[in-house]
Amino acid sequence: MGTTLLKKVWDLHTVRPLPTGQTQLFIGLHLVHEVTTPQAFDELRARGWKVARPDLTFATADHIVPTMARTRPFLDVMAEDMMASLERNVRDFGLRFAGLEDERQGIVHVIGPELGLTQPGMTIACGDSHTSTHGAFGAVAFGIGTSQVRDVLASQCLAMEPLKVRRIRLTGALPRGVYAKDVILTIIQRLGVRGGTGYAYEYAGDTVERMSMDERMTICNMSIEGGARVGYVNPDETTFAYMRGRPFAPQGDAFERARTWWTSMASDPDAAYDDEVEIRAAELTPVVTWGVNPGQSIGIDGSVPSPSEPGVEPQAVSDALKYMGLKPGQPIAGTKVDVAFIGSCTNGRLSDLREAARVVRGRRVAPRVKALVVPGSVSISRAAEREGLDHIFREAGFEWRGAGCSMCLGMNPDKLEGNQVCASSSNRNFKGRQGSPTGRTLLMSPAMVAAAAVSGEVIDVREMVDR
Amino acid sequence: MTRITRIDGRGLPLRGSDIDTDRIIPARYLRSITFEGMEQHLFEDDRKTTAHPLDDARFAGASVLIVNSNFGCGSSREHAPQAIHRWGIDAVVGESFAEIFFGNSLMIGMPCLTASGADVRALMDLVERDPRTEIRLDLASGTCEAGDFRCAVSLPPNCRDAFATGAWDTTGMLLDRYDEVDATAAKLPYIRGFPVEAGL
Repeated sequence: MGTTLLKKVWDLHTVRPLPTGQTQLFIGLHLVHEVTTPQAFDELRARGWKVARPDLTFATADHIVPTMARTRPFLDVMAEDMMASLERNVRDFGLRFAGLEDERQGIVHVIGPELGLTQPGMTIACGDSHTSTHGAFGAVAFGIGTSQVRDVLASQCLAMEPLKVRRIRLTGALPRGVYAKDVILTIIQRLGVRGGTGYAYEYAGDTVERMSMDERMTICNMSIEGGARVGYVNPDETTFAYMRGRPFAPQGDAFERARTWWTSMASDPDAAYDDEVEIRAAELTPVVTWGVNPGQSIGIDGSVPSPSEPGVEPQAVSDALKYMGLKPGQPIAGTKVDVAFIGSCTNGRLSDLREAARVVRGRRVAPRVKALVVPGSVSISRAAEREGLDHIFREAGFEWRGAGCSMCLGMNPDKLEGNQVCASSSNRNFKGRQGSPTGRTLLMSPAMVAAAAVSGEVIDVREMVDR
Repeated sequence: MTRITRIDGRGLPLRGSDIDTDRIIPARYLRSITFEGMEQHLFEDDRKTTAHPLDDARFAGASVLIVNSNFGCGSSREHAPQAIHRWGIDAVVGESFAEIFFGNSLMIGMPCLTASGADVRALMDLVERDPRTEIRLDLASGTCEAGDFRCAVSLPPNCRDAFATGAWDTTGMLLDRYDEVDATAAKLPYIRGFPVEAGL
């Protein structure tokens, strides 16, 4: 019987079983950002500890970074304190850092892969739940809290519980206008937001094998929204082609040796899984969320459910509909939007911007809709500008912003106001997530957000693109 | 290292499943570089818009939070269990917990115990009927007692042992026998730069 990638990586990184029965797991890459680390660095100082492996640690700033102007000091005093705290910590502890002046800066889950820091076969930890993104490369990557950040800083290790593996096999070609975002939203809708608890999700099948690294990252990114702390794709030629020439990737002959090892870390064809799920790509449609968690979604042709429908939790549905201001049975298409946001660690990569631009080209943002595009990194921003994507967006009436987490969460100046409805390419539609306690989020693919921006309402992007 | 084997206190029922960490502590309060005062913003937006059990005088001083399924889903922010713990909660009893929230709570010494849906509902009903009921949680025997009501509560054995021995404070344990950590790192080809002698 073969072995899964998860087990291979887990076993290789196991230091020892701990007295508690947990596993002491070595962490190959620790990504650090400004929000979840200040208290951890303070504890290191208080206990007189150093960072165990600065050579395996890399820091950047993303959550609080204003996307309009980065002039220091920031207008927000708390954000300025937080930024200054990160700068002091990386200096005092000797960490590698892509700061605000650095061309490598961007959302931590965008720049790790871009820089070649993220590699197959690694264990990766970061104080952010969307660390699962890095699993797209065949790494075992997971989000941790601040006390665990302290553990990794001080020891480069974590005390962990083992995970089961569920293989999700996707087969067939994705229909026109259906994207990786629709795939993962469908998975979460079918398996539920709690379905992945205790599991790592292995995304497999020919649909995934044909996907670009950007698409695989979108899928792995939202594993946590389905309850799975880890999601991964086995490394293959697509992975290696992406890795080649990246600044921190192995170079020359070492790359060829790395490739041999990376290939060996993939799940064996006869690996045993704790659970398996099959999904046919041909059945998929563009998906939109109607509720207050990422599992509450429907196809663009569908209607908002009713609390009295069989198989739903009545209280949860009525609570969500009340918050969202939607009526049972109402078609989701035609829902008016006030804001359109394209960006985030889920969908702020170059291919996302290209797909959105294809929809936007030659059209105008609808009157009274505020629309913004926020590239995931400075590097993506530059690449998009070289292709003229910024012109397409600007001419259509979008705002073209600097790199950061932006309107994915309410930690920087980009926020919803009042009960605005936002068509968003981000990952969470929780109550208040986008910065207004009564703000409403409709999650969808970047192309669908672009379509909503120019239509002023939720609309089927398949009516607007030819593939 | 503090050993945690039992928790006694009054209950605070918080109904609803899939309560996410953005609701527990809105992201704007994560702009602070300390956890101090985090409890002041616990469930702040929910409390502004609805009558919330946290503001119900009958539950003032409660130390056992009672929740439904998938409590603490979403963001990995430790600010969420920190705010709950600093507000005065010593343990959470629920049908199920999101994984990162569960782990973060373990790291700060706040046990999250699971009970069946029926038992959680019964406990919530009981506490709402008589908020003065003392709840007694015994981690070792896995029991919850509240007046005449008694039910099983469980923790994975590893976590129960971590609380019982004080090993929930993990850093010291991870730094122990550091030669073994170095030996593990030395086996990893990517840390060594994929040298020829790795035989790849």
